[in-house]
Amino acid sequence: MRHATSIISLGVFSFLAILAAAFAHDIAFMNHMWVLAIVLVISVMVLLRRENFQRAATVDQSAYMDGPVRYGVIATMFWAVVGLLVGVVVALQLTYPELNIEPWFNFGRMRPLHTSGVIFAFCGNALICTSFYVVQRTSKARLFGGDLAWFVFWGYQLFIVMAATGYLLGISESREYAEPEWYVDLWLTIVWVAYLIVFLGTIIKRKEPHIYVANWFYLAFIVTVAMLHIVNNLSMPVSFLGSKSYSAFSGVQDALTQWWYGHNAVGFFLTAGFLGMMYYFVPKQANRPVYSYRLSIIHFWALIFLYIWAGPHHLHFTALPDWAQTLGMVFSIMLWMPSWGGMINGLMTLSGAWDKLRTDPIIRMMVAAIAFYGMSTFEGPMMSIKTVNSLSHYTDWTIGHVHSGALGWNGLIAFAALYYMVPKLWALSACTRCAW
Amino acid sequence: MDYHTMRTFADSWGLLAMLVFFISASAFVFRPGSRDASAEAALIPLKDDRDER
Repeated sequence: MRHATSIISLGVFSFLAILAAAFAHDIAFMNHMWVLAIVLVISVMVLLRRENFQRAATVDQSAYMDGPVRYGVIATMFWAVVGLLVGVVVALQLTYPELNIEPWFNFGRMRPLHTSGVIFAFCGNALICTSFYVVQRTSKARLFGGDLAWFVFWGYQLFIVMAATGYLLGISESREYAEPEWYVDLWLTIVWVAYLIVFLGTIIKRKEPHIYVANWFYLAFIVTVAMLHIVNNLSMPVSFLGSKSYSAFSGVQDALTQWWYGHNAVGFFLTAGFLGMMYYFVPKQANRPVYSYRLSIIHFWALIFLYIWAGPHHLHFTALPDWAQTLGMVFSIMLWMPSWGGMINGLMTLSGAWDKLRTDPIIRMMVAAIAFYGMSTFEGPMMSIKTVNSLSHYTDWTIGHVHSGALGWNGLIAFAALYYMVPKLWALSACTRCAW
Repeated sequence: MDYHTMRTFADSWGLLAMLVFFISASAFVFRPGSRDASAEAALIPLKDDRDER
């Protein structure tokens, strides 16, 4: 009866979802609850079919728990395909307006589907699965919390499905990268706390005396995203069975809270977490220790202390007080230094192993990713300068900058990590001699 | 505690506390003996050979 608790609780929640649909305050919420009920009922059926009544095999506590990592690798690839495909569709919609199929597939609903699809579904799954992989191997310990890691994986997929279907149904808080409404936000908070417990628990029970720097970056990502998510989503729902809520802040305070969140989503989700990836997988693939461990510590603290102030540069020439705009600009420019500290540390890890660039496709992806990281962290501070921003804002330069960071840096380092992990996770013979 | 009190705290003691923490964290990296300690820490990912096949 391995799945008994899961089956019973999923069954109860399916029933509650149907009740919520029946007593819904608005049509969008009703449709969204039907989506939830269908997803939960399917999960119950799948679990019932997979249930067996034999005694559970004892788990080897000294072995790594790689099941959620394997599922995470597949989910990462799946959501990459979905997220990038929706990106192609929204690009086509800009050129061929007739592709805006009303009301569900309008550009306005598809754009957050693309941004959240690549950031939270693709990059988020990449972060969760690589963090579970890295923390076990650098702590020499099995994941803490037993099946809690499975809850994190499936809970996060449910968040993605609810967020994505919500956008298409027209349910949105209209906050960039934080569009899901209040009830989906609450669910993500629960999943994220479970994620923190699994990750921190594994670090606490580690058998390695020192906490490797990659885990510092992953932990900063998990803790900061929790803080950002909760503060930015403080809101009051109109009805507990309705899809609409109002933010706790108003006017320019609301805008500043949103971009404090928005920029640190880039800083901690797409930078700190991915630097954790870089600090494990680049040394592993190059088979050399990181260029300077002390530089990695200093650039960690500098990144943490500077990033959190850079948000106001998204609000240049708005009602935000001038001093706050200038503060955001100055901190963004200072941020250039720790960013390039990280880039240099990643690239120089390959010094003495540059010949691998000729033969190793994974190293090639890593070097391209780190190069894109360097380019976009130079471009970002430059675009945050008010005079440059007055030219670049509201142009496709912004979209170009985002893709240099998200596709060039995050996409390529994530794919490099997947290429590294897959042969090890499924015990395949690695294709290291393949000539490209 | 109104906005003004918090604002004054943020640009005085708050700022000082963060600056002191950052400078001490950076200085701590260069304490005596940290060269060997960090060289050892940098080898952590390479020591794990349970994966190598």
